[in-house]
Amino acid sequence: MRPQPVPYDGGARPTLAVFKLASCDGCQLTLLDCEDQLLAVAGRLDISHFLEASSAVRPGPYDLALVEGSVTTPADAERVREIRSAARFLVTIGACATAGGIQALRNFADVEEFRATVYARPDYIATLTTSTPVSAHVPVDFELRGCPIDRGQLLEVITAFLAGRKPDVPNHSVCFACKRRGTVCVTVAHGTPCLGPVTHAGCGAICPAYGRGCYGCFGPSASVNLPALIPLLRRDGMSDDDVRRALRTYNAASFAEVEGAPS
Amino acid sequence: MTTSSSVPGAVISASEGLAALVDVLAEDRTVIGPTCRDGAIVLAEISTADELPHGCGVELEAGRYRLVSRPDAMIFAHSAGPQSWKTYLHPQRERLWTVDRDARGRLAFQAEDVAPPAYAFLGVRPCDLRAIAVQDRVLGGGPHTATAYRRRRERAFVVAVECTDPGATCFCTSMGSGPGVGREDGDAAAYDLALTEVLDDEGHRFWVRAGSPAGERVLGRLPHRPGDAPSRVAAREAVAAAAQHMERAMPPVDLHALMAGSLDAARWDDVAARCLTCGNCTMVCPTCFCTTTEDVTDLTGDHAERWQRWDSCFDLDFSHLHGGPVRASARSRYRQWLTHKLGTWHDQFGESGCVGCGRCIVWCPVGIDITEEAAALHAESADRQAAAEETP
Ligand code: SF4
Ligand code: SF4
Ligand code: SF4
Repeated sequence: MRPQPVPYDGGARPTLAVFKLASCDGCQLTLLDCEDQLLAVAGRLDISHFLEASSAVRPGPYDLALVEGSVTTPADAERVREIRSAARFLVTIGACATAGGIQALRNFADVEEFRATVYARPDYIATLTTSTPVSAHVPVDFELRGCPIDRGQLLEVITAFLAGRKPDVPNHSVCFACKRRGTVCVTVAHGTPCLGPVTHAGCGAICPAYGRGCYGCFGPSASVNLPALIPLLRRDGMSDDDVRRALRTYNAASFAEVEGAPS
Repeated sequence: MTTSSSVPGAVISASEGLAALVDVLAEDRTVIGPTCRDGAIVLAEISTADELPHGCGVELEAGRYRLVSRPDAMIFAHSAGPQSWKTYLHPQRERLWTVDRDARGRLAFQAEDVAPPAYAFLGVRPCDLRAIAVQDRVLGGGPHTATAYRRRRERAFVVAVECTDPGATCFCTSMGSGPGVGREDGDAAAYDLALTEVLDDEGHRFWVRAGSPAGERVLGRLPHRPGDAPSRVAAREAVAAAAQHMERAMPPVDLHALMAGSLDAARWDDVAARCLTCGNCTMVCPTCFCTTTEDVTDLTGDHAERWQRWDSCFDLDFSHLHGGPVRASARSRYRQWLTHKLGTWHDQFGESGCVGCGRCIVWCPVGIDITEEAAALHAESADRQAAAEETP
């Protein structure tokens, strides 16, 4: 049974905690990057655990927990269970926490070999053979995609939590946002390869607006047809290897699960 | 338009005449017209005629658009840009109302009520004139009028420009919506001015007709001469030639009946295998009108807004009911788009939802072609009928 959101009823401020697993910190920094809105967030939520902002830490339970990063070690796997049990509403943020991140490239390789090659004392290293999203370990109430996440979407998730409503975070492709923005399609008009048609919206279609193809930072959308897109990428100059590499970035593990993904 | 000449209309030059037209319109309106940006002829606010795409042409194919320079100085010899006038009349996102909660918990609702911009649309192609009329019926007609749409529409000044160089993806002739304006069926939107561009030994000029008193007033302020027979004949011939070399066509059958009889067609699986469900076709279509609403709240919780934004039948959330989307498969979503556009639109609004502009063909990344799909459905239906007749 998943916990329900706690609508703000004007009583004590709900508590917020921000946690980090294997990740670069970029997504939690998005919260600090909220500038004008940050004070309003701090006014509505009691920030109880956010090491990036303050070393003062208060114990749980927390009403809202934001978790960045993927699970790559046995210790992380244990910690994520602790976080879950301390969190009423658990939101994972970013490609690492929702898809395993770029570090999920290990899922396609021999981790033993990496360990032996990279570390002088491989026996010091306790690591899992895979990098997995938080949802592979514990139930998650909402997943916010992106590498990094979009500031506006993060505020929407927090605001929706406070109002006790569903966040307005569409599951359609980047093309929807691209057309709404009035961008000239880089694939149709320039022959530039673009992952927009298979990528989850959320960034506001930034790359095509600057004449570049979408890199797939937000992972696969809810409705993906890779076998229809790959021939276009090939036509527009990508080799089979280029296609594989394009799909194996921040969301490597989730694109790999899509039907028709190159092996 | 009345002139002393026996030929209707007037003639303005492509230089001073057109420049004056933009200047006069820009006096009290936001002028929107075609202009080159990012490798395409887009619609944007312009302030002088210099910003129009002089000498620019386009090469169109299914899933392919290339801006090219023309060997001549033609200004409106292009088609199927990435946007349509709905970008302005039915914008992708607009606020409907706001609500505030005061200290005592009382709610005060406020409908959005901003003065609509006064647009002048320069270069509305005949297919798009029809598309505006289609959206007028959908959004401006019936018992539930979209007030903001209607107000923008009422204030808009429309300069139609007939087509002389249709793209390879155009098929307005078979939809009865172009390439000329003012066809007998008369269900296109009214224009204030209609222009036809002529470039021959006699010069580069426009044959102009006024379609409204406002149009006559604007025309009266432009340096113009009375319509002359050679200009009119050249204009008529250019438009007739455009109709002749239209490369695509819808199958000449009752599309409404074809769609109604094709719900179980095997072709839907074929197209679904190619379709990205990316929604580009619906976003570029000048008649697609579907929207969804989103509620925005702020962090205080005392202020909320309702916004309307474009939606698409290709979006899974579009048909999301309790438990999941009704149209989950790509097959069911493509079928919804095509059967509505060409079929059930007739039941709802008494006409076709397609005006033959070809945008959905050009701007579909994988080049799915609405005329080809309709033809394939027709072939499949004919085969089915033949087989049924053979069976005793
Ligand atoms: S540029 Fe990319 S994201 Fe934008 S419409 Fe084209 S394919 Fe889609
Ligand atoms: S369905 Fe395609 S060709 Fe018809 S009006 Fe829409 S975009 Fe134009
Ligand atoms: S028909 Fe083309 S543009 Fe429309 S959803 Fe399918 S792939 Fe996208």
